Amino acid sequence: MSKPGVLRLFPEEEYVLPGHAACPGCPIGIGLRYVLKALEGKAIVVIPACCTSIVAGPFPRSAFKVPVLHIAFAAAAATASGILEALEAKGITDVHVVVWAGDGGTVDIGIQALSGAAERGHNIIYICYDNEAYMNTGIQRSGATPYGAWTTTTVTGKREHKKDVPAIMVAHRIPYVATASVGFPVDLYNKVKKASMMKGLKYIHLHAPCPVGWRFPSEKTIEVARLAVETGMWVLYEVVYGKFKLTGPSARLLDKKQRKPIGEYLRLQERFRKLSEQDVKELQDFVDSQWEYITKMLER
Amino acid sequence: MTSRMDVKKLVLTSNYAAAYAAKLARAEIISAYPITPQTTVVEKLAEFIERGELKAKMIRVESEHSAMAACIGASATGARVFTATSSHGLLYMYEMLWWAAGARLPIVMGVVTRAIAPPWNIWTEHADILSPRDSGWLIFFAESAQEVLDMILQAYKVAENEQVLLPVMVGWDAFISSHTAEPVDVPSQEIVDEFLPPRKSAAFLLDVKDPVSHGNLVFPDFYMEFRYLMQRGMESARDIIRKVDEEFGKIFGRHYGGLIEKYRCDDAEYALITLGGSSGDAREAVDKLRENGVKIGLCRIRVIRPFPVQDVVECLSNKEGVIVVERDISMGLCGVLATEIASVLFMNGIQPKFASFIAGLGGREVSVEDFLKMLDFSLKEFQRGNKRVGPHWYGVKEEVIP
Repeated sequence: MSKPGVLRLFPEEEYVLPGHAACPGCPIGIGLRYVLKALEGKAIVVIPACCTSIVAGPFPRSAFKVPVLHIAFAAAAATASGILEALEAKGITDVHVVVWAGDGGTVDIGIQALSGAAERGHNIIYICYDNEAYMNTGIQRSGATPYGAWTTTTVTGKREHKKDVPAIMVAHRIPYVATASVGFPVDLYNKVKKASMMKGLKYIHLHAPCPVGWRFPSEKTIEVARLAVETGMWVLYEVVYGKFKLTGPSARLLDKKQRKPIGEYLRLQERFRKLSEQDVKELQDFVDSQWEYITKMLER
Repeated sequence: MTSRMDVKKLVLTSNYAAAYAAKLARAEIISAYPITPQTTVVEKLAEFIERGELKAKMIRVESEHSAMAACIGASATGARVFTATSSHGLLYMYEMLWWAAGARLPIVMGVVTRAIAPPWNIWTEHADILSPRDSGWLIFFAESAQEVLDMILQAYKVAENEQVLLPVMVGWDAFISSHTAEPVDVPSQEIVDEFLPPRKSAAFLLDVKDPVSHGNLVFPDFYMEFRYLMQRGMESARDIIRKVDEEFGKIFGRHYGGLIEKYRCDDAEYALITLGGSSGDAREAVDKLRENGVKIGLCRIRVIRPFPVQDVVECLSNKEGVIVVERDISMGLCGVLATEIASVLFMNGIQPKFASFIAGLGGREVSVEDFLKMLDFSLKEFQRGNKRVGPHWYGVKEEVIP
């Protein structure tokens, strides 16, 4: 087992193979690559309808060197429950059952199955890669789309804020909830490793900027991902048995003055081009309230 | 009689018979969500597990959609799985039914047939089990608690056959069967194990040592072949169902005649066609007419998918008239069974006189008297020279229709 912590010490074995069908700059290849490295390929991956259904590549090939079960949109967590129980019935205990689902498949259509599996305490690592809209179907608004963002179904900008699903998962009192970002692979890697050592449902919400849907140049995925964290729009934390802890660069951003203005993040993305000053303030207030929630949770 | 042939005679409802069958089949994973009148199937199984009589895992899911999803996950990992549902539950898992069939997973499910709301109704009707008939599930339908038990055991053997590899639903009527206790011969575990060995470890299971992907995107250049193979599995299933029923007969001393059950049919001039629990009353009506010299028989459909084409053709080819009585309506056309039987007859150039009745929707009783009335009416119409009778809504209260 490689020592986590340093990028060059990640296992060399690749489980996301060349030739996958992701768009240039897509965060899926980046995120899934580190996740499967952290699990050393000992994973059965359940993928509901999402961009990764396509990224995997068409029959008769697959770009993933792990067993994959593609499944219907709303069904990922329940399917994982079935796989897990069958593995346990066969006495197989060294294989991780992983759900790799988009934000639509998690925060909207899949939340019922996710909640059920969490309540049952099923030993699953559930990873929501959040590109903040239905990208595979052509950039439609989801419950994870942030306020003000353009999508093809919110052409003048979304009027509601992003649904806080990590908080909902914390309320399920599962052993591990974490947020992560494709811009911070060591943080992500460590979180997946940690999750893999715990029993019960582990939930990781992975921020995944999409160049196509967010309208930024494909070489800027990491820059956008990092700015989301540095401006405080996206907060990296983990909750181990209810105990909150900020991680990575977020750890020093509790003081508002340390955060970059959200404008730096918004500016890079065409989806926020039409935001008024009022909209930016609305978003900034939301970010601030998010940090107030984090502060309260840290004090708990 | 040797000990392996020991039979326990128990008084069981069809729901309990189904639970005994899943236990005897050694289902490893059971995943279900409660719905009236399916609940006692799963309650009984939970009891078996708690008492240590059944070594299975029960996944108490939060919806039927998830129940079928969990069955799919478990079956794709190689486990033998069982679930049961009814009515709205079946409709709620509709998407996953197609997924299970397309994934070629030998899942077995009990379906306690019940009407669909609105208005709320918990009594029997066959609209639920007939609605997924295009999905790739084999659909069996039992008449008695004994047949429910036997059919579920047979269902696993058929579903897991490598020529078939498709899921099977086994239906029985709400309350008429589900909550009505009858004496049932429950065979010994030993002999069931002989008939139904553990599920073979098939190729393409989810296994990290030999990774495969299930359900990858398929472009138009291959999708059709996947569908063709499913249909081929269905076509092969007909013979396999017959063989499994024969083998079952040899081991357990009772069999059902394959895809249809014929009663006083061979020398009959007229055939009554039914499905499910009211077939007992239909049989009695046939007996009464026989006493009056009418040469009539009963053809009870046991398997709806694959449709018993050959069996129906052979049974009906020499008949003067055919009368279909069914507890379902395909809105905008007529009864599903009537449509399918008429289609099979037409495709085979057989043109008997034909009468069709919609009866007993939402659990309204269809008694021996009712069958007699429908049959009398049909025979009179036939004699009057009417070759096509109905579809009639039998017993609709005209006085309350606005």
